Amino acid sequence: MNLQDKDPVYVTDALIAEDIDAYLLKHQHKTMLRFITCGSVDDGKSTLIGRLLYDSKMIFEDQLASLENDSKNVGTQGGEIDFALLVDGLAAEREQGITIDVAYRFFATDKRKFIVADTPGHEQYTRNMVTGASTADLAVILIDARQGVLTQTRRHSYLVNLLGIKNVVLAVNKMDLVDYSAERFYEIVSDYSHFAKQIGMESFLPIPISGLKGDNIVTKSPAMPWYQGPTLLGHLEEAPVNDARMQEQPFRMAVQWVNRPNLDFRGFAGQIGAGQVRPGDAIRVLPSGKTTTVKSIVTFDGDLDQAVAGQSVTITFADEIDCSRGDVIVRSDAPCEVADQFEATLVWMAEQEMLPGRPYILKIGTQTVTATVTEPKYEVNVNTLEHLASKTLGLNAIGVVNISTDRPIPFEAYATNPDLGGFILIDRMSNATVAAGMIHFALRRSQNVHWQALDVDREAHASLKNQKPAVVWFTGLSGSGKSTIANIVEKKLHALGKHTFLLDGDNIRHGLNRDLGFTDADRVENIRRVGEVAKLMTDAGLIVLTAFISPFRSERQMVRDLMAPGEFVEVFVDTPLAVAESRDVKGLYKKARAGQLKNFTGIDSPYELPQQAEITVNTVDLTPEDAAERIVQYVLTRMS
Amino acid sequence: MSSIETETEGRAATLTHLQRLEAESIQIMREVVASADNPVMLYSVGKDSACMLHLAKKAFYPAPPPFPLLHVDTTWKFRAMYELRDRAAAAAGMELIVHHNPEAMEKGINPFDHGSLHTDMWKTDGLKQALSKFNFDVAFGGARRDEEKSRAKERVFSFRSANHRWDPKNQRPELWKLYNTRKGKGESIRVFPLSNWTELDIWQYIHLEGIDIVPLYFSDKRPVVERDGLLIMVDDERFRLRDGEQPMMKSVRFRTLGCYPLTGAVESEARTLPEVIQEMLLTTTSERQGRAIDHDQSASMEKKKQEGYF
Repeated sequence: MNLQDKDPVYVTDALIAEDIDAYLLKHQHKTMLRFITCGSVDDGKSTLIGRLLYDSKMIFEDQLASLENDSKNVGTQGGEIDFALLVDGLAAEREQGITIDVAYRFFATDKRKFIVADTPGHEQYTRNMVTGASTADLAVILIDARQGVLTQTRRHSYLVNLLGIKNVVLAVNKMDLVDYSAERFYEIVSDYSHFAKQIGMESFLPIPISGLKGDNIVTKSPAMPWYQGPTLLGHLEEAPVNDARMQEQPFRMAVQWVNRPNLDFRGFAGQIGAGQVRPGDAIRVLPSGKTTTVKSIVTFDGDLDQAVAGQSVTITFADEIDCSRGDVIVRSDAPCEVADQFEATLVWMAEQEMLPGRPYILKIGTQTVTATVTEPKYEVNVNTLEHLASKTLGLNAIGVVNISTDRPIPFEAYATNPDLGGFILIDRMSNATVAAGMIHFALRRSQNVHWQALDVDREAHASLKNQKPAVVWFTGLSGSGKSTIANIVEKKLHALGKHTFLLDGDNIRHGLNRDLGFTDADRVENIRRVGEVAKLMTDAGLIVLTAFISPFRSERQMVRDLMAPGEFVEVFVDTPLAVAESRDVKGLYKKARAGQLKNFTGIDSPYELPQQAEITVNTVDLTPEDAAERIVQYVLTRMS
Repeated sequence: MSSIETETEGRAATLTHLQRLEAESIQIMREVVASADNPVMLYSVGKDSACMLHLAKKAFYPAPPPFPLLHVDTTWKFRAMYELRDRAAAAAGMELIVHHNPEAMEKGINPFDHGSLHTDMWKTDGLKQALSKFNFDVAFGGARRDEEKSRAKERVFSFRSANHRWDPKNQRPELWKLYNTRKGKGESIRVFPLSNWTELDIWQYIHLEGIDIVPLYFSDKRPVVERDGLLIMVDDERFRLRDGEQPMMKSVRFRTLGCYPLTGAVESEARTLPEVIQEMLLTTTSERQGRAIDHDQSASMEKKKQEGYF
């Protein structure tokens, strides 16, 4: 196809040349639609986007020249214009000929500005698609007319539906390669309808197109007179956006920042997530539940009489009530729920698998809390929709879990309000975003289990024993000498009249933790239980000594966080692997080396070195007796 | 802008595209201020910087934006840019930090003798120096995703290693409007609140909001010479004329602004903002073409960015 011979179908508005002021006025009233395109590797996604950019005159001459040049050198259309090259950005991708990340493209017509999230079709990049879909008002699912509904199509449709996108276009592409056959088109639509029903997709709009030839993109295709529906662009211009839907719900705004430039002004800044607000409205601040009325809606352009979902504003209150970042301001008579345990869907986005019991940082709205997956329920096989029993989730896996937060948070079901129901999980050590989550509902038990206040409290227990409780946490490789040293420490403290208890790894695994193995997930749960037991013992006033390999930093941190400040004493028993292996008291290293023992720390499972241990004892230079003495001195000094 | 001049689409009021973009940029800026230790706004005096500064004023009103402006200067900008810079910072009630790379200053690095070293030392190295010197952990930049292909994939919150490098293969996913702002030791973040704006959006917004921009964007009679296919303005006495070169007065304006000896002007009669927008809409070459930096190869911006150029 030679572009120079063919006028762009979407011609520049004549108003630009004739009356620029009128044109500008008209374009100030444009709306904006964000959409995502998804399809398999060869469905022609990049070509379609390139076509939309080209037809809406978003490509300049110099870019076109560079495109023609690139088409000859690396194009896949036999030297003809390769639209895909317009949108495949990063150098590495251009060589491989595939897109590997989310890219955002922009074009505009007289009615709307569009932001397209272009996401790859490769199975391993589910996370990119979920990212692109999270901000989309609409999804275009591409199908190659020759291939029909593929496994990839099912996966993309499932994700689009999971992310709550209500407007779905099924673009049956490459119609030119099936002779513009109506029969083929309806066959595919029928196949897809069946699948859409299975996943609970409410509706979709099928459009037969050719991205390469431009059929039914901007103008109705003369080659398909049997198709009576809208063109792709025509539909994109008319489809409703999410803001409009959110405005009909009760008012919600998560507070981002408290604006306090001087003593006379205290405003709460945020972007309205749902509903509308006016001065005088009765509102409630969650989770505290305190109520007041809106005094004013302050903006740079003057106070407003009304503000709606989507706007960023600053609200002042009639009364001085507590409100800070993370709180949610809601309509007083229609508040959202507050809870600390939820059922949610997780999309796992990290190489490192999900570990139940491990604390992650959870960000929802403007709130940041600590959360753990308490109960993995099942993983979804996105291709077959089967539910699989699973204790963990790997990269790109999707599963349903119960999740628990360290304090109650205001929320709404994701399906109702993505703003207060969508969250991310962050790994505390690497700071990576490891998962996207969508809340289904709160677990009722979170409202019904309360703390029982006890009259004989932990101070009373400790003072009777005349000591300060502590957890002395020994960590190190197998055979490093943890149990040996801990045993001596306990004997010494006992002789000094201190009330102690030693929790030993092997012993605990015979009883409380006999159901756990040595996978990463089980190791995390092992330490979580030991941490909880140790915490109860400190409540009883004891000095607790623990001897566990506890190889992961996250879990040692988790136990540290469980304890009162200063009560956690981490002791790193620093013994080089070679030394520990040469000792091999229990013969375990030999077995591990022989491959008879899987997941053995130091051999085929990692040991993460402590970074903030209170005490480090080097067992190559120190005898166990000397090491124990140092630890005892530390514990005693702490107490005085 | 913020008053909802609503476009009724059936039942509910829908925000216009500029209202949505504005609200999003403000949300991003507030997230930064709520989570950063020591944020700064990179201010290059161009039209995108002008928009970004205007949005910052809106985001934190009635307080002034709670961070300083940083101009990484080369000493070779247009005189009109220095005037607007000082005026705009004062009007916003913000501290203005101007950084000059002392090494480039000492060696007298200039665009006439030193070619690409000029940009490398003054801008790339200068920016790294300034961020390290003041311990800024988050820097706002005015880059847009529509500017260049490799930028289309950059995140709104873009992480830089301790030595300011960008790793396009290792970016965090950004879902909904939840930004993961946690950083490791020595890491810093570049935040691009204008990511989703296009050049036309910027112009429309400047028009609608009456934002003060450098007069060089409007056509006027200016002294220029034609050199290597570009019209270069002779802005001060440091300009070295080649044999036979004679500055001529021409009606020109600039589509992008940078160091004056490196920035090509276009011949134009557009003297008002609507005329500039009109010309932009009818034109057939893209914005970055006036800059010498990314002509060599399609992937050059990506390389520059990995090395720490903004």
